Amino acid sequence: MSKTVTRAQLCEAIFQEIGLSRTESAQLVELVLEEIAEALTRGETVKLSSFGSFLVREKGRRIGRNPKTGEEVPIEPRRVLVFRPSHVLREQINSALTGRAAEGGD
Amino acid sequence: MIKSELVARLAEANPHLFQRDVEQIVSTIFDEIAAALARGDRVELRGFGAFSVKNRPARTGRNPRTGDQVQVEEKFVPFFKTGKELRERLNGSPGSAREPGRRAG
Repeated sequence: MSKTVTRAQLCEAIFQEIGLSRTESAQLVELVLEEIAEALTRGETVKLSSFGSFLVREKGRRIGRNPKTGEEVPIEPRRVLVFRPSHVLREQINSALTGRAAEGGD
Repeated sequence: MIKSELVARLAEANPHLFQRDVEQIVSTIFDEIAAALARGDRVELRGFGAFSVKNRPARTGRNPRTGDQVQVEEKFVPFFKTGKELRERLNGSPGSAREPGRRAG
């Protein structure tokens, strides 16, 4: 079974590796996410080398459809966030997981 | 904004920390996320978004130039889904970072 990692594990890692208190580790995790969110809200791209980049895309207005009723509904222009994983991250994940199912892993 | 700029901003807001500690904090966070995905785990950061791994099964593809059939192997690709709160913030909704009871992955 795959597990879910949350802020708690990220805080624990900072506590272990850097030796900040748990409270301060939690604050730092929050601050990092907040700085990234703010940059994105300003419309900036956030590039984290060897991890990937987060970019904001502007979507134009288009006509969508309610799949249930078939009714046409306008979809207003909006900004969406796209994550582009780096090659390093792709490679790390792909090489770790390919063939694992065949070995009866997981 | 690149990683060094993110580190600089955080260091400025936290003068009690050494810049190299801030660097290490940022690296630790993203290394942990990467390691979790490499184990096949999901990473859920409420309000920000969730990282997961999608499996793309092996398939027979085609070289669009020559039309030749090619075997494409199974692969695992990282995927990010923006959290509700961040999506709303990007579109100028009031959803602030700490709005109580309105957090969603």
